[in-house]
Amino acid sequence: MSKFSFSSEQDEFRTNLRRYLADQVPTREVRRLMETETGWDRAFWRRLNDDLGVAAIHIPEQYGGHGFGFGELGIVMEELGRALVCVPFLSSAVLAANAILNCGTEAEKRLLLPPIASGESIATLASTEDGGSWEATATTLTATPSGGGFHLSGHKSFIVDGHSADLIVVLARAPGTSGDVGLSFFTVPGDAPGLTRRPLQSMDPTRKLARLEFNVVPATPLGPLTDSQGAAAAFAKTMTQASVCLANEMVGGADRLREDALAYAMMRMQFGRAIASFQSMKHKHADMLLEVELAKSAAYYAAAALDDGDDDVIAIAALAKATASDTYLQTAIHAIQIHGGIGFTWDNDTHLWFKRAKSSEVLFGDAAHHREIMIRNWAA
Amino acid sequence: MSDVTEASVRAEVSTWLAANWNPALGLVEWRNKLAESGWGVPHWPKQWYGRDLPVGLVPVVEEEFKRLGAVGVAKVGIRVLAAATILAHGNDMHKEKFLRRILTGEDAWCQLFSEPGSGSDAAGAVTRADLRGNQWIVNGQKVWTSGAQKAHWGLLLARTDWDKPKHAGLSYFIIDMHQPGVKVQPLKQMNGHATFNQVFMTDANVPPELMLGREGEGWAVTTTTLMHERRGADALRSWAMGSDQMGRAYEEERKEISVDLAPYKWYPQRAGRVDLLLPRARETGSIDDPVIRQELAKLLIMSKSAEWTARRARAAQAEGKPQGPEGSLGKLASSHVARLAARIHTQMTGANALLTGADGVMDGLIAEILVSVPATSIAGGTDEIQRNIIAERVLKMPRELAVDTNKPFRDVPRNIVS
Ligand SMILES: Cc1cc2nc3c(=O)[nH]c(=O)nc-3n(C[C@H](O)[C@H](O)[C@H](O)COP(=O)(O)OP(=O)(O)OC[C@H]3O[C@@H](n4cnc5c(N)ncnc54)[C@H](O)[C@@H]3O)c2cc1C
Repeated sequence: MSKFSFSSEQDEFRTNLRRYLADQVPTREVRRLMETETGWDRAFWRRLNDDLGVAAIHIPEQYGGHGFGFGELGIVMEELGRALVCVPFLSSAVLAANAILNCGTEAEKRLLLPPIASGESIATLASTEDGGSWEATATTLTATPSGGGFHLSGHKSFIVDGHSADLIVVLARAPGTSGDVGLSFFTVPGDAPGLTRRPLQSMDPTRKLARLEFNVVPATPLGPLTDSQGAAAAFAKTMTQASVCLANEMVGGADRLREDALAYAMMRMQFGRAIASFQSMKHKHADMLLEVELAKSAAYYAAAALDDGDDDVIAIAALAKATASDTYLQTAIHAIQIHGGIGFTWDNDTHLWFKRAKSSEVLFGDAAHHREIMIRNWAA
Repeated sequence: MSDVTEASVRAEVSTWLAANWNPALGLVEWRNKLAESGWGVPHWPKQWYGRDLPVGLVPVVEEEFKRLGAVGVAKVGIRVLAAATILAHGNDMHKEKFLRRILTGEDAWCQLFSEPGSGSDAAGAVTRADLRGNQWIVNGQKVWTSGAQKAHWGLLLARTDWDKPKHAGLSYFIIDMHQPGVKVQPLKQMNGHATFNQVFMTDANVPPELMLGREGEGWAVTTTTLMHERRGADALRSWAMGSDQMGRAYEEERKEISVDLAPYKWYPQRAGRVDLLLPRARETGSIDDPVIRQELAKLLIMSKSAEWTARRARAAQAEGKPQGPEGSLGKLASSHVARLAARIHTQMTGANALLTGADGVMDGLIAEILVSVPATSIAGGTDEIQRNIIAERVLKMPRELAVDTNKPFRDVPRNIVS
């Protein structure tokens, strides 16, 4: 992939995935899963991975993956976002897998990644706490050495699939430290003693969040403990990657909303003509197309920038997440408006994407947060 | 076509430039060399001054020119649209007669589409061309004609049949601007410059061989020109800034910019001068203002993603997809970028943004941005027209109800032009 076009193999992969998801995941299935507490279905997740190997896509071959890059990961995210598929992809394949890749030792990667790549095990990353900050420096949960090991105490919140993950990668700090020193990653099994997990009641039922209480939970260190700032850097890198992946998911959702609203406008008759024939509708659709295309260009560029190791990748990732945030929500607002009264009903599907647009806007920091990151990198 | 890659093109052009580029040459002499070698417009056909290179590889060639400081072919103004239209619709005689002198900069061109009574609705033109003997005789008035005061040739849209519906009665001509029947009168713009003009044609002559396309098919040719104009208005548009290096070719290029292209000197300003935003933010200290930081970031996001979108469109084109109405997306994006940039520039500059000329910041340049940007969303088709085009051609939404296309044009209600 270049920053401006996809290869024919990538196009073909996208086409197959889109067809598969359209076939296997009707909105009826999204509605069924969003009413469950877990929010996803283990049997479907296994099948999706057996059929298309999505969770393995960017994991290197020596750890059981397919060894592709962020270009391909972005394609998967975009298609999952377009179809609003409820699977633990963001938590396991993006957040946890990348955190392990960024900070784990060779032995840890060999141990932890293969089951994530196969879809057999679901992992997530727990970094955010009650304050809702996306910065590592805000971490208060402590890791205390005890008898050759460690135990964790404190809490984590807004954790994607935190209540259902088999393995939790936790960002913690040594007692008495602050800022970006003293931070380390640990892993904890989902059923560890002393860990209480509570699903949060969230406005977006298609992506489940949980609050985790750690009460002297035994934990295994992930990555070297000696490097005092290594974990902060690995975490920042993980968030950059996750923001780009999420931006790709968001442009997929935005494009789907735009297309559905267009199809509706072409079909709905008022005043003896399709509402799509009114100029205000046409201009709104033209604006939506422009916005979505701009956001797509940014998301694709950012994914390619990660693969290229672009020096500017932090600013570019922030740019992509900021524009995806504004665009997805704005497109969702337009889409409801274009549907009129039916758009405000629970039965109409538009609100499912609307809510995903809002939750994605906030996740990993909103547009203003990312604009500030971008400008800090470009204007310092 | 043989297998060309980025690396092979880069190697080939840099070897050629190393052997041939010489700043001591006259500008026209050098550009003739470019025309002969095909490196001036490498994406053009081999037969016509190009090398049949995929459009996607043109930036590679441009980079090598820039790296070596080599002057390129003439690219500013309507000449680019004239060339594209002639390449698409002209016969060998037209290509022979016009293309080389477009590239060397010897001939300047203008676009005679808009009239007092028809702008967005360019197909409503009432300038008439009547065949008398072996000449087309043209009568009528054009307006907003950029560069007409310096143009040798005009791309003229005129009505040749009043009994046909409006689009079917139009023909497209190349008119010699240097003749007694053509009078050009500059019009002062809101930014004080006078790039555009009124053009009065009174029994002006056009020989029949200077019709592009066939009689009655002028609208199709016009559409080609307009699509290139819109596509050219995207985020990849650039302006000749000249170089301060020594050498005859550089000197003559500087003269071309300061004299021939003088009417266009505000053009960079109308795009909003995004390049100046960060330096100005640092200079004014507003880089520390959290409100300005957010606005700047919004603008940079918009302009970067517009640039990347334009590059995606070029890449698609390079893969063989034809130039289509998606060009309108880029033009619309450029309007948004220009407007927001103008707002931020003046916001950062505060009261000093009011001052012009010697009293103003950067000799009045910041103020000039604000009063030049409104052109962007009007010239080359307004934002509203771009939205219509995107909705109808790209999204296939229903067309506007037409009340004027199914009857003879002479029966269509029109503006009363005094
Ligand atoms: C700097 C500059 C340079 C120019 N250079 C040239 C040139 O070289 N050659 C040339 O031929 N022309 C040139 N033009 C003219 C330009 O193409 C026209 O001004 C433009 O197309 C608008 O036409 P108009 O001015 O007649 O406005 P109108 O068409 O009267 O439009 C007035 C308003 O009505 C809106 N409107 C019109 N039709 C519709 C519709 N169907 N739906 C919704 N809204 C609509 C427009 O968007 C606009 O807001 C130039 C203009 C400028 C500003």
